[in-house]
Amino acid sequence: MEKSIRKYWPVFVLPTMVAFTIGFIWPFIWGIYLSFCKFQTLKKVKIVGFENYLQVFQDASFVHSFWFSALFTIVSTILINVLAFAIALVLTKGIKGTNIFRTIFFMPNLIGGIVLGYIWQSLLNGLLYKFGMPLLSLSMAEGFWGLIILMGWQQIGYMMIIYIAGLQNVSPELVEAAKIDGATNWQVLKNVKIPMVMPSITICSFLTLTNSFKLFDQNLSLTNGEPAKSTQMLAMNIYETYYARSGAQWKGIGQAKAVVFFLVVVVIALIQLRATRSKEVQA
Amino acid sequence: MDKQKKMSAKAAKSSTIATVVFAILSVLWVYPIIMILFNSLKKENAISTGRIFELPIGEAFNGIQNFVYGVTQMDFLSSFWYSLVITVSSVFLIILCCSMCAWYICRVNTLMSKIVYYLCIFSMVVPFQMVMFTLSKTADSLKLNNPYTICIIYLGFGAGLAVFMFTGFMKSIPLEIEEAAMIDGCNPMQIFFKVIMPITKPTTISTVILETMWVWNDYLLPTLVLDIKKYRTIPMDIQYFRGSYGSVQMGPMMACILLTVLPIIIVYLCAQKYILEGVVAGAVKG
Amino acid sequence: MKNFKKLTAMAVSAAMIASVAAVPMTVSAEGGKVYYLNFKPEADEAWQKLAKSYTEQTGVEVTVVTAASGQYETTLQAEMGKSDAPTLFQVNGPVGLQNWADYCYDLTDSDIVNNLTSDAFALKNGDEIAGVGYVIESYGIIANVALLEKAGYTLDSIKSFDDLKKVADDIQARADELGVKGAFASTGMDGSSDWRFKTHLANLPVYYEYKADGIDNTDAIKGDYLDNYKAVFDLYITDSTCDPAELAAKTGDDARNEFLNGEAVFYQNGSWEYSSLSEKFGDDEIAMIPIYFGVDDANQGLCTGTENYWCVNVDADDEDIQATLDFMNWCISSEEGTKAMANDMGFTIPFKNAQESPNVFVKQDTAYTESGLTPVSWNFTTMPSEEWKNGLGSALTAYAAGTGDWDGVVSAFVDGWASEAALNG
Repeated sequence: MEKSIRKYWPVFVLPTMVAFTIGFIWPFIWGIYLSFCKFQTLKKVKIVGFENYLQVFQDASFVHSFWFSALFTIVSTILINVLAFAIALVLTKGIKGTNIFRTIFFMPNLIGGIVLGYIWQSLLNGLLYKFGMPLLSLSMAEGFWGLIILMGWQQIGYMMIIYIAGLQNVSPELVEAAKIDGATNWQVLKNVKIPMVMPSITICSFLTLTNSFKLFDQNLSLTNGEPAKSTQMLAMNIYETYYARSGAQWKGIGQAKAVVFFLVVVVIALIQLRATRSKEVQA
Repeated sequence: MDKQKKMSAKAAKSSTIATVVFAILSVLWVYPIIMILFNSLKKENAISTGRIFELPIGEAFNGIQNFVYGVTQMDFLSSFWYSLVITVSSVFLIILCCSMCAWYICRVNTLMSKIVYYLCIFSMVVPFQMVMFTLSKTADSLKLNNPYTICIIYLGFGAGLAVFMFTGFMKSIPLEIEEAAMIDGCNPMQIFFKVIMPITKPTTISTVILETMWVWNDYLLPTLVLDIKKYRTIPMDIQYFRGSYGSVQMGPMMACILLTVLPIIIVYLCAQKYILEGVVAGAVKG
Repeated sequence: MKNFKKLTAMAVSAAMIASVAAVPMTVSAEGGKVYYLNFKPEADEAWQKLAKSYTEQTGVEVTVVTAASGQYETTLQAEMGKSDAPTLFQVNGPVGLQNWADYCYDLTDSDIVNNLTSDAFALKNGDEIAGVGYVIESYGIIANVALLEKAGYTLDSIKSFDDLKKVADDIQARADELGVKGAFASTGMDGSSDWRFKTHLANLPVYYEYKADGIDNTDAIKGDYLDNYKAVFDLYITDSTCDPAELAAKTGDDARNEFLNGEAVFYQNGSWEYSSLSEKFGDDEIAMIPIYFGVDDANQGLCTGTENYWCVNVDADDEDIQATLDFMNWCISSEEGTKAMANDMGFTIPFKNAQESPNVFVKQDTAYTESGLTPVSWNFTTMPSEEWKNGLGSALTAYAAGTGDWDGVVSAFVDGWASEAALNG
């Protein structure tokens, strides 16, 4: 069996591998190489060693965008998951209109980041103006919460669907048994339901974590980094360094920033993986 | 008996309250889209920040002017077509190639298949900014810079997630089925398309949904890779509205946003059962 | 049989690759082609028309792509990296040229340089001519003459900053009576409009400082005239059609529409606005007055200069370079080209065959100069970077909305200049 399949590798694996090499492996290796170079287009590429990396950490806007992204990621991950879980809890109680609510809450997830950003920019600016507050592009705090609201609107529905499925898998007998033993609703939630949906929690927190940390489109369209780059997140900071700054030194620095960004994401993913494994043993 | 009645009455009451609360919440949830609808029907000066919540009535009403202008000025239909071509071809290619690749990885236990598998997982972690310049350069020199060939780039960059999802599911398919088919005289191609693909349907649907949402809404990759002299996708169009021709025309922009969002919502409402199930299946396996 | 299967497998995989690789290749015409990355969004339509007409007449393919406002550098960076890079692009002056000097074809002795009316418009890089300024423009404060008269003033009532302030304050106070929303159209700080203030208005303090110090470039601006800058900007946002809090989201279109609808009397912008304003106003209904700065008002004219230099990509194929040179020369010397540039785009071009532009603002500029006023030169080509302009823009936006103070603007102006200039060096 295995032998006969193996002969078919040109059909089964080759197309994907060719595309994978073009679309990922080669650009990735090349990208690492370029992070040690100074270049504007590929006409003159000069190797400069670690100089780009030194510049990266001297760039205050990069450091700021790092902390901004980190804070944003933490707040949005917690808020989205708590709210999505709460909604899922209510929607598994069998209240009237559950299906309609589920459908509606999920809907924003299908809208793309650029479009989302512009929808919310108009809406939030309108609201802020009504209440006599400075507009979105004037305040870092407003930009931050604007991004959180936008992310929440987009992602809560998606996470809710996953939590609903998780909660539906909790056997009613188990809940019933706990209630007969005199457990309160809160205890049932804490000791029965949450441990049982742990796999869903892991998935959802992983998804929100990576989505938030790598956020670009929404950032670009909602705040565009205003005021004065203070709401710029990592992905956008790299993009700006790469393409919006003129001068040969910036491309190499942008590429070096991207490598640093990549390493940070790898570390986060590894931590997440570890956490997942340890939780799955429990569950 | 009496106590039970009271309990259920109380439960019914709290259930009604929950329904009402959620109904209000739902209205708030769809309000942004309704707001876009209203504003797309308004005159330019009635869309300014201070008047964004006004209804499209009276002097503010602009009929379908914005739609006509937006569609003709931005060549919206051709952008729509390119977005469609890119999404359909890319998703088709990703599903076909990655499912085949995933099956091979599951069934053939060699070093190569292990390497391929781990490379795929690795690629899921890498942020796009890491490869944006080199990828667009590669795509440019291989002429993968038009809507008909960009699917190869999408296959390459999107392979990780798809392979990961397919292998996750295929590992659980019992070998016996395939062995039986083998004895019946099927070659691996036949086994794959006649036996494996039908079993894999739930994962296929999940992957289709995830990849479609990604490709259809993607902004940065097509912006950097596509030949902007000739092609624009919808997200690029929307972004172009801001600041193109030295001005921002909010009305036509609102109209185009609505035209972008509507088809998605219609498809979703028609196929919501599959989509919601697909999301769950994908999450559980992923 | 086994071999056959293997062969089939190969064939299938080959077909799969081929099917996706088979693309309709674009048929390119014989000879060179032109790819023009245009900087001026307001002239996009006219350029597309002109390019089409040129292709019809000569068969040479000309593609014009216009970068979104504020996105020129981003687009240029991305496009220059491609194999099909622009053959004709723009830099904004000596500072812009620094980044692209390696990519500029030496235009010495080319037809277009020989057609220049003055060497001053050739952008030099050492001994080479790297770019050619192709349009001269003016900006100032555009006034609605009819509304001004309705308020009891004429253009002659405004000869200095103090006059301007007096008139504007009076109009603002009587706004309802006059049927306007404010004296000045909104000072929009959206990306489509903020260049009017972070670049164009900011030229004046730079100009006067250079003039006082007798220099034409510096790594460290002192900001001696920032108080005047503040006075003008304050006037704009106080005597305005809208609440300063709303400015951050106001676009270029908003301001233009306010002026077109007669809701505002004054509107800071340039001669390029003529084509859109002339659709509504007759030539005697609009006028451009200098942006009086309270320094040397008696002698100050409009701000006149160029930040538009054409450069030809030296890396393009020889055929494409030739085609590009031919196209450029056709634009500035042929009957049709010069007409389009004068009428449709409203440009004054510094070339021998130039046609007189019907642009009333251009005519006014000539009149001001003839009457002895000194045009203010465009020094924003020496501003250290786009980054500096953006920093200033953010600070101005915050100041206007009240979330920031003027010190922030000063710091963005002076300190920002020093740090950005250091990066260029």
